[in-house]
Amino acid sequence: MTDNVQHGTHIRVRRYSGSARVNHWIVAIGFVLLLLSGLSLFHPSLYIIGATLFGDGQTMRWIHPWIGVALVISFAGLFIRFFPANLPAFTDLVWLARARSVLAGRDEYLPEVGKYNAGQKFVFWSQAVLIAVLFVTGAGLWDSKLPFFEQLTGFYPTIDQRRWAAVIHASAAVLTIIVWIIHVYAAIWVRGTIPAMTQGTVTGGWGWRHHRKWLRRQVKQPSAIEAGGPTR
Amino acid sequence: MTTFQPLDVIRVSASVTEANVAPNRDVEVTKLIDVSKCIGCKACQSACMEWNDTRPRAGENVGVYENPSDLTPNMFTLMRFTEWDNPKTGNLEWLIRKDGCMHCEEPGCLKACPAPGAIVQYANGIVDFIHENCIGCGYCVKGCPFNIPRISRVDNTAYKCTLCSDRAAVGQQPACAKSCPTHAIVFGTKKEMIAHADSRIADLKSRGFDQAGLYNPQGVGGTHVMYVLHHADQPEIYAGLPANPVISPLVEAWKGAGKYVGMAAMGLTVVAGVLHHLFLGANRVSEEDEENAGRLVEERRDR
Repeated sequence: MTDNVQHGTHIRVRRYSGSARVNHWIVAIGFVLLLLSGLSLFHPSLYIIGATLFGDGQTMRWIHPWIGVALVISFAGLFIRFFPANLPAFTDLVWLARARSVLAGRDEYLPEVGKYNAGQKFVFWSQAVLIAVLFVTGAGLWDSKLPFFEQLTGFYPTIDQRRWAAVIHASAAVLTIIVWIIHVYAAIWVRGTIPAMTQGTVTGGWGWRHHRKWLRRQVKQPSAIEAGGPTR
Repeated sequence: MTTFQPLDVIRVSASVTEANVAPNRDVEVTKLIDVSKCIGCKACQSACMEWNDTRPRAGENVGVYENPSDLTPNMFTLMRFTEWDNPKTGNLEWLIRKDGCMHCEEPGCLKACPAPGAIVQYANGIVDFIHENCIGCGYCVKGCPFNIPRISRVDNTAYKCTLCSDRAAVGQQPACAKSCPTHAIVFGTKKEMIAHADSRIADLKSRGFDQAGLYNPQGVGGTHVMYVLHHADQPEIYAGLPANPVISPLVEAWKGAGKYVGMAAMGLTVVAGVLHHLFLGANRVSEEDEENAGRLVEERRDR
């Protein structure tokens, strides 16, 4: 991934703390496990994936909702960490209006953005909403826990409500997977992004090109800048 | 009675191919329950427990005739009692319906089931749960138009009436039919049972039940458990027997088009990403970007 960027004394800029990265990867692992077990229940051709990964269908069936609970708790951590930087700004409209330049990778035609651009904010908020929908509908599909939820809330879903839950859960899951594909693709396509979540830093050039407003803030804090080291 | 071949499977849950597309359906079996002859003795329930070796715990009296108060993983059939005021005659009628799996020709449970081979339909029409393949997800409960399957919290698999598929396979009638003292439950081929029902309906009509009729709902392709009802024009009065049962359109959308639309949407997103990368290449940081960033830091330091 050295590409046309030379090894040199480029600066690196701190983007994510260690705890934010750990938090992110817990969510990521949970998401992938949920995706594999969920897709196995969604389409018969994919059943073998989850049944193999989790040992058998019974295990896949009981473990899926528990991973869901873990994901909701860990995503809540990410939400609290990241939501202030994901609040909408006027620049987002300008950025979105120039979607053609975004897709073409012509960052020089885009406005200076802060820590997140409108696309990243879209991923953040859509996942937050979809995870909430998946959690509520998933609870309605968690057959063995329905009596417990009834004790907790006084509500026991009718069979028709559970059918709605199944349809909404599956639809929201498809959407959340689509958003996830966009998220993963963007991290790959925009070179230099992945180290933000693995090492916690990006190169100064990455910040200059994609998040200049954020970079201008970061350089004011000497602790956020690391000099030297090979860039990638 | 013919000897049935239970391995002659015509439908298998969560499977891409149907097991047998041109089955021999000469031996379609049906249980006919003549509600007008039922005396509510619950012998069928006892016989069902005995044959299937289920041991429901002694329940609690909740003030209804039903015992237990609902179908359970240990009680595959249940006499449901309704006290009905006939508005035409002013008579109080005691309606007793033996509830349980209807063995639909187009089974909603099988349609909804995500576990390959957990639900099968034999050529003789019996819909059976194969417990070693069941994962206990409860999708069959959502697929069923009659609210029949129950999930056991002992082994986390779904249970319901098997129409005594093991007995039918060796030419025996189901335990409930065998035990019925008034022959309200009879068992045979579908043709025989329809003919038998016709004679029963004619008899009921001659005795003033002009709305007597057969319950063999076509919304699920007909059933392999049929009722003779004295008020066939209003099946709901028999403890909520649905007038027009169909697989819920929600289940059809979820397990029908939804599967393909969902897979296509996810697949197309991946394809879009691959094409985007192939045509436009990576979005790379240039040396100029790095230098600009370096300058920004230096300006800051100089200040």
